[in-house]
Amino acid sequence: MSTQIAPPKQPGADRKELDQVVIRFAGDSGDGMQLTGERFTSATAFFGNDLATQPDFPAEIRAPAGTIPGVSAFQIQFSDHDILTPGDAPSVLVAMNPAALKAHLKELLVGGLLVVNSDAFDKRNLDKVGYDSNPLEDDSLKSYQVYDIAMTSMTLEAVKGVGLNKKEAGRCKNMFALGVISWMYGRPLKPTIDWLDKKFARKPELAEANTKALKAGHAFGETAELTAFEVKPATIAPGTYRRITGNQAIAYGLLAASVQSKLPLFLGSYPITPASDILHELSRHKNFGVRTIQAEDEIAAAGMALGAAFSGHLGVTTTSGPGLDLKSETLGLAIALELPMIVVDIQRGGPSTGLPTKTEQSDLLHAMYGRHGESPLPIVASYSPASCFWAAVESARIAIKYMTPVILLSDGYIANGAEPWRITALGKLPDISRDFTTQPNMGDDFWPYLRDDVTLSRPWAIPGTPGLEHRIGGLEKADGTGNISYEPENHELMSELRAAKIKAIEEDIDPLEWRGDEDANVLVLGWGGTYGAIGAACRSLRHAGKKIAHAHIRHLSPFPRNTEDVLGRFDKVIVPELNMGQLSKLIRAEFLIDAQSISKMQGQPFRSSELEQMILERM
Amino acid sequence: MSDPIAMATQGRGVTEASDGVGTLTRKDFESDQEIRWCPGCGDYAVLSAVQNVMPELGIPREKIVFISGIGCSSRFPYYMNTYGLHGIHGRAAAIATGIATARPDLQVWVVTGDGDGLSIGGNHLIHALRRNVNLKILLFNNQVYGLTKGQYSPTSEMGKVTKSTPFGSLERPFNPVSIALGAEATFVGRTIDVERKHLPQMLRQAAAHRGSAFIEIYQNCNIFNDGAFIALTGKEKSQNRIYIEHGQPIRFGPNNERGVVATSTGQLEIVDVAEVGEDKLLVHDAHRGDPGLAFSLSRLADGPTTPTPLGIFRQVEAPVYGDGMESQLRAAAEQQGPGDLAELLMTGDTWTVD
Ligand code: SF4
Repeated sequence: MSTQIAPPKQPGADRKELDQVVIRFAGDSGDGMQLTGERFTSATAFFGNDLATQPDFPAEIRAPAGTIPGVSAFQIQFSDHDILTPGDAPSVLVAMNPAALKAHLKELLVGGLLVVNSDAFDKRNLDKVGYDSNPLEDDSLKSYQVYDIAMTSMTLEAVKGVGLNKKEAGRCKNMFALGVISWMYGRPLKPTIDWLDKKFARKPELAEANTKALKAGHAFGETAELTAFEVKPATIAPGTYRRITGNQAIAYGLLAASVQSKLPLFLGSYPITPASDILHELSRHKNFGVRTIQAEDEIAAAGMALGAAFSGHLGVTTTSGPGLDLKSETLGLAIALELPMIVVDIQRGGPSTGLPTKTEQSDLLHAMYGRHGESPLPIVASYSPASCFWAAVESARIAIKYMTPVILLSDGYIANGAEPWRITALGKLPDISRDFTTQPNMGDDFWPYLRDDVTLSRPWAIPGTPGLEHRIGGLEKADGTGNISYEPENHELMSELRAAKIKAIEEDIDPLEWRGDEDANVLVLGWGGTYGAIGAACRSLRHAGKKIAHAHIRHLSPFPRNTEDVLGRFDKVIVPELNMGQLSKLIRAEFLIDAQSISKMQGQPFRSSELEQMILERM
Repeated sequence: MSDPIAMATQGRGVTEASDGVGTLTRKDFESDQEIRWCPGCGDYAVLSAVQNVMPELGIPREKIVFISGIGCSSRFPYYMNTYGLHGIHGRAAAIATGIATARPDLQVWVVTGDGDGLSIGGNHLIHALRRNVNLKILLFNNQVYGLTKGQYSPTSEMGKVTKSTPFGSLERPFNPVSIALGAEATFVGRTIDVERKHLPQMLRQAAAHRGSAFIEIYQNCNIFNDGAFIALTGKEKSQNRIYIEHGQPIRFGPNNERGVVATSTGQLEIVDVAEVGEDKLLVHDAHRGDPGLAFSLSRLADGPTTPTPLGIFRQVEAPVYGDGMESQLRAAAEQQGPGDLAELLMTGDTWTVD
């Protein structure tokens, strides 16, 4: 090993203390960087730090090895205090090949730590990404602290006796890298070794080789006396935790909603990035009675969910981007039929195919207004990976209680991002069940549109119920009987009732909370996946002595009933969004408040540092 | 766990439906809604036939669901005193797939037309048939758009002059039976609105079929396309109706003097029976696994203007989509035990902070 800048020699025990670190693992798609990152994350969770993670997959499925489009990366931020995001720029970059270095170096903090697999820096790999000279040998990396480590050859050496062929043996180099980083940051190896034993239970030679590589990396870190750091455990609320991605949390939340509503879950879905993982996850849980259909298209997926809802199931369809466009007509029908249904939209960059793997918050106005006719519906937005669980249960609660389709907005950033989740105690979940109507409600007749006085919700009588046979449809219907009606006054009444029903939900949702200085003049108002970045930016501004407050809207339709009061407390309302100002438009239209938009349209989340700057400019 | 669906649908002891399945009459299936089709429309005859057949099926009224899309025929569910849903244009098959899959205890009928089912909803139709969802699909083919007042449809003949094709349609028409067979539907039939005996027979057999049953019903639109099926309903009908029956040689004509043979190239041809001899006639086999021959049969007529087969083209048994779904659910519950949410949430790496 040779380092360009000699690290300060330190004995292993004498670790340099840090309050927080951002590490990015980057390598070729075939190098196993997601797995490396996830294992590091697990060990970090066991160790007791707070953390958040974000994967960065290549857009192409199988980009040629060694090229920049083939680079896959995984970022983790961990700390001794509670953190809100996976971090902005990494302070540590692990680059397994020249392509990974080229793709990610520009984001590494100046003075940051660069750990590279020098074996991959041969002429062929350098040529592939257009390096004229080897950056490990010229002085282009002089502003970083570089550890260039011959990971491949040391891995081959370490696993020699196990009996793998050279290719298989070489594949263990990600575990070597993990060993090195684990030593540097004092992570335990045991969780990873246990995991390897379990994963390769049927191929013990692979478990053995990977474990050897992991230990070899760790030992190397120690003997080469790489800089060692310590990030003390964070104070974390007691409880049992797991790591959860946004999409996983939506799937589990929908299962919880099914249990809590006593309705079987029915998912109609068409594969689309980045929503497909919800379909994959729910398809695995057939023992919960979950029916999943991969429909012929987005329209059919929505139609099937609505048909299931008519039949008494919890009907759900999941989608993203252009898929939401295609569901609009069915949403209109669901509004007219007044049936419960959930449309989960994992927002991505648009318009059209746009940026399928990149995040955006640009479907808000579509969710709000993207249907012909007056067609209001409730919108719930998740704001972090773990909050997706709550959002799914909440969407179901509203849909069932108010007999209405609900749109749940998530986004690509929280869908794939992960954070520790204190596993919800099931006893704390609300009972969201309702009774099906089984008796006539108007003398001997059944009127499908006879509304509840308070919720304005109509009865739900499902096929198979004797004596309540009835017909519903998309044609305008008379209030009460539900018979087709073209009467002018009735249409106006029905339009008003449909709107009033949605508006009334404001009494039944949590009020808008805000956090920050009592005497702040400025409120930063957000929604959705910007929660962490806004929170971190505001925290940092407050540390710098600025007076500021943060509120995050989780119900976008209807708005919480106290929204106007909260906004009215502040002289200035700033609304950062990954769109061109959609919530700020709504705020202006709804409350006549001069909301100032901060917009970012790069398919990337806000970095808290850039957001801090942008807020500061507007204060 | 109590099952609210089972509780709501278990019946209320002695009711008109549950005690009276056998005593239900046509009247029980008539809703109180005023029927709004044009006087003379073929839809009336189909509605009447369906209402007549329903009591014979022995299915409680509350277990029957009619689903439709948009178009003249799609008003159908409003007139049936069963459960019903009038959906959106083209999507009836998709909505019905959701219902039939969610609730295998229901008998789900889809009422669609040539525009609804073969134009805007063509995709859903072929996929429902491909999956063999337990649906009874009635496609009312009047070869025109009625509700939008007379444009050509995907089954209109080439050259058809309509409001949207003043110089004649340039499009080749779909043959609905060929489409259904192409999708390997497990039950494919054809009949005519005015067929007082044949139509109910077809409905009964469709009702008895497990899986997707598709029936094309030639339906006269007396307002925008009157007489489209005159070759099959007018004076020359006996020359042009080819009734096909499983196990019977295919012959037709006023004196059964014509018949169908398979040529050496595998194509079907209409011949004089006297010329080829009776034993050369093709014996109709609706139960053949391979839909190829049934497809050839569907190509015998270019359109309903020449001798046209009526009856069941294909009727085979195949796995039903909903049954497969149910057995996967059962198997999963048997193997893994009923879903335990608390346990599921604890899967994977967990850690405890005290
Ligand atoms: S327009 Fe034609 S199909 Fe429609 S109701 Fe009138 S006659 Fe029947």
